[in-house]
Amino acid sequence: MSATVITVTSGKGGVGKTTATANISAALAAMGKKVVAIDADIGLRNLDVVMGLENRIVYNLVDVVEGTCRLRQAMIRDKRLADLHLIPAAQSRDKAALTPGDMIEVINQMRSDFDFILIDSPAGIEQGFKNAVAPADRVLIITTPEVSAVRDADRIIGLIEAEGKSISHLVVNRLRPDMVRRGDMLNTDDVIDVLAIELIGVVPDDEAIVISTNQGRPAVLENGSLAGQAFKNIAGRIDGQLIPFLDLNETDSFMGRLSRLFKR
Amino acid sequence: MSIFDWLTGGSKQKSRDVARDRLQLVLVQDRVNLSPQNMSELKDELIAVISKYVEIDRQHIDISLTKSGRQSRLTADIPVLGARQRY
Repeated sequence: MSATVITVTSGKGGVGKTTATANISAALAAMGKKVVAIDADIGLRNLDVVMGLENRIVYNLVDVVEGTCRLRQAMIRDKRLADLHLIPAAQSRDKAALTPGDMIEVINQMRSDFDFILIDSPAGIEQGFKNAVAPADRVLIITTPEVSAVRDADRIIGLIEAEGKSISHLVVNRLRPDMVRRGDMLNTDDVIDVLAIELIGVVPDDEAIVISTNQGRPAVLENGSLAGQAFKNIAGRIDGQLIPFLDLNETDSFMGRLSRLFKR
Repeated sequence: MSIFDWLTGGSKQKSRDVARDRLQLVLVQDRVNLSPQNMSELKDELIAVISKYVEIDRQHIDISLTKSGRQSRLTADIPVLGARQRY
């Protein structure tokens, strides 16, 4: 077994990197894959709370790099999914505690034990971002349909291309189909057109994400939410399955408006 | 919203269109790291150089940065009136 290493990044903060990492990791594990999710946001760790594993932390990523503990000791097993693991970030350190070389070395040690290794990148384009991207086989760029987020995503794509890094895929997160239909939000095609990279998923804005984050249970493990389904689909596509995109009713046709009128 | 607007989906300039236009402009500038000021200087110098060799129609010059995919492209459309007289 040799893992595929996927770094989740965005440039801008607050667009949903950590939520995407937690949900895609959980969805892959639910599909029977062996997965480890790594929080590379040193000093601002959050993947642990989103996954609901914050009470189990003893060691962290920096401890592994510094040799304070063995790799297996820093790996927290998920409560629900036996094949899902988390390596948390250090909270009381800063990004300078790691180098890109350290990251490549640590990741290479676990490649043979997993199918997928997901790395949650910090926001920004500095050291922390470089650490997170260094070991990546693939990069998932998360953006929202907003000018600032798309602009930052463009910058990140440029940097990843300059590094000679391979396949970048785009996730458009927190899309509001109602606003898109009214012409008050960039639609998915606008974002793809501007960024010119391949789309791997569109996740609608969904209250279920807030609720599942409150509870520390990734939305993909609960039934019924549209955002959860979108993340499951992304996980399936990462695994090479051909899954059609969700119909989020982005287009505003006369018939569409008519049918929504009667659905209310 | 009038019934006509509802039927046609409205016809005003939408904020999505504004966002798209602003994004296109700012990304072209970001990618080549050229401020509007620098761009204006580039145009002036380009025109000056070309005018040394040929007579150009200064009223109808179009020099712009565009993007196609992930590539940026500097396009200059400069009508030439004729050869400059050399002495």
